[in-house]
Amino acid sequence: MADGMKLQIVTPEAKFYEGDVAMAELTTTEGNIGIYPNHIPLTAVVAPGVLKIHEAEEVKEAALMSGFITILPEKVTIMAEVIEWPDEIDFKRAEEAKIRAERRLSSADGNLDVLRAEMALKRALVRLEMRH
Amino acid sequence: MASMRDIKRRRASIQSTGQITKAMKLVSTVKLQKSRQKAENSKPYFDMMYDTIASMLQKSGTIDHKYLRAGATGKKAVIAITSNRGLAGGYNNNIVKLIAGDPRLKPEETVVYAIGRKGRDGLAKKGYEIKGDYSEVINEPLYQDASDLTKVLLDGFGRGEISEICLAYTSFKNTVVHIPRMLTLLPFTVGEKDGDEAPKAEALMNYEPEEETVLDQIIPKYMSSLIFGALQEAVASENGARMAAMDSATNNADEMLAKLELQYNRARQGSITQELTEIIAGANAIE
Repeated sequence: MADGMKLQIVTPEAKFYEGDVAMAELTTTEGNIGIYPNHIPLTAVVAPGVLKIHEAEEVKEAALMSGFITILPEKVTIMAEVIEWPDEIDFKRAEEAKIRAERRLSSADGNLDVLRAEMALKRALVRLEMRH
Repeated sequence: MASMRDIKRRRASIQSTGQITKAMKLVSTVKLQKSRQKAENSKPYFDMMYDTIASMLQKSGTIDHKYLRAGATGKKAVIAITSNRGLAGGYNNNIVKLIAGDPRLKPEETVVYAIGRKGRDGLAKKGYEIKGDYSEVINEPLYQDASDLTKVLLDGFGRGEISEICLAYTSFKNTVVHIPRMLTLLPFTVGEKDGDEAPKAEALMNYEPEEETVLDQIIPKYMSSLIFGALQEAVASENGARMAAMDSATNNADEMLAKLELQYNRARQGSITQELTEIIAGANAIE
């Protein structure tokens, strides 16, 4: 049994990450999943969440917002539309976005786009979660 | 024979035009390198996106999905990617010709979503209806722009206003070779893109949530990534085309200058000879 798998993360602009990893954790629309080597082939849609990349020594984290993931036994590919390392995140902006989204949701009158506000809030929360 | 003064003036004007074209060539060379780098950086994403979609549809060739059927009603939509500026040789004209020369895309059955002013104007002149104008996008293409456009188009497709979505852009082969290309985005058919067809069948793929929902999500992403890729290639091609056009313009200016130089010298020699003859004739007359 292989003790590692290849993880590749690509964005429309560039290659975001490539390397051998022991495990990867992320959120899909169906819930959180952890992927070890020799996972069954799976294609899933990504939901906003924290992506944890378990390398041999350390664990890397990134805020993964949207895209989809293709899992093969030795290779995992994440096609990310939006993904950020913690040091790329503007926490102040995320904080503001969170407050704004919360205010929108609490003042919810009928014609407000609740779904959009909820998505914005989710994204802001994921970004803020990266601040340790 | 033109007078010395005329030739001199003409030479000065050509010289300054030559300087301008030379400067433009240098500028577009730099821009070309940048945009080419960008296009290359994003290439893996599109290739992978295409492979994923192709293998997905191959294994599930029988799914009946709304995005995989041609709409019965409505017009055909064409996304025409050109530039906002001219002086790029045949770059813009080739796209206009590609669309106007396509028998499937008649002006009365087609709506155009223009990215790039030159293509918009050219197609409007040919009688096409310009439904949307996203010309500012081409200056600095962002992925967000592509997904906005995708959303507009898919909405139209869903409402039955659009039966087919095509994309006309200039693909970037290398610095001197750019090929105008027409891609059909929707309804989706496998084997549109050239290169090695049909990626090898891998183990049976599972989908989560089920296939149709995944397709709902992925096809818009696929479309926006194709549009974004086309935008980046088009920018690279535009700069490449401008570089080539300006290079030949500079060469032509140099050539004309050399010819004028010769003419000028000949005129100068002629006028000196004439003056001398006149002086000698005058001196002879006095004696």
